[in-house]
Amino acid sequence: MISTFFAWGAAILALCALVMTGRLISGPTVPDRVVALDSINTLVVAMMVLLAVVSDSVVMVDVAIVYAGLAFVGTMFIARFIEGGV
Amino acid sequence: MTVLIVLFLVVGVLFNVLGTVALYRFPDVFTRLHGATKCTTFGSIFTSGAVILYGVQKMLATGDGRFITLMVHVAIAILALLITNPTGAHAIARAAHRSGVLPKMAVIDRLAEDEKKKGGVSA
Repeated sequence: MISTFFAWGAAILALCALVMTGRLISGPTVPDRVVALDSINTLVVAMMVLLAVVSDSVVMVDVAIVYAGLAFVGTMFIARFIEGGV
Repeated sequence: MTVLIVLFLVVGVLFNVLGTVALYRFPDVFTRLHGATKCTTFGSIFTSGAVILYGVQKMLATGDGRFITLMVHVAIAILALLITNPTGAHAIARAAHRSGVLPKMAVIDRLAEDEKKKGGVSA
């Protein structure tokens, strides 16, 4: 069935997020780690939208929207902190 | 329709994988930011587009109003990604340059010259 494709897509995205964690741990500078974290957040949002089809519930998409907003706020705070403006 | 959905999924997942590769293969922060942000944003738009097409297909097949809700909410999620992702990338790049992380292979830095000429920090 078609939802199998969505499940495989979400699985591959989860694998990508796992691989990105390597850059999150071993980034030479702090902005490298922030870039990795931001990319992982984007992947998690995409994964949640795909899993909404797999689990057949619209609530997952709402959670994804809120997650995107909170991840944005977190990224902005870390960026301001690195910049030294706080 | 099913072929189109799978095509969207494959393109989206492929671009997300390319973003992961970009995070490892590029030499410094700014090129990594460029590759990772663009590829993951584009790929996520395509995977979410696959979900919208799935909603259209199910809506035409069953006529259930639940799938309209799904489509609208996924469209809002795409809009949120489109607004927040480039803004966050811009903030990271600005913060990285201000905190003294420089591009690895660049030989000229117009932004630093500009800020020095103006005297002090410009907005």
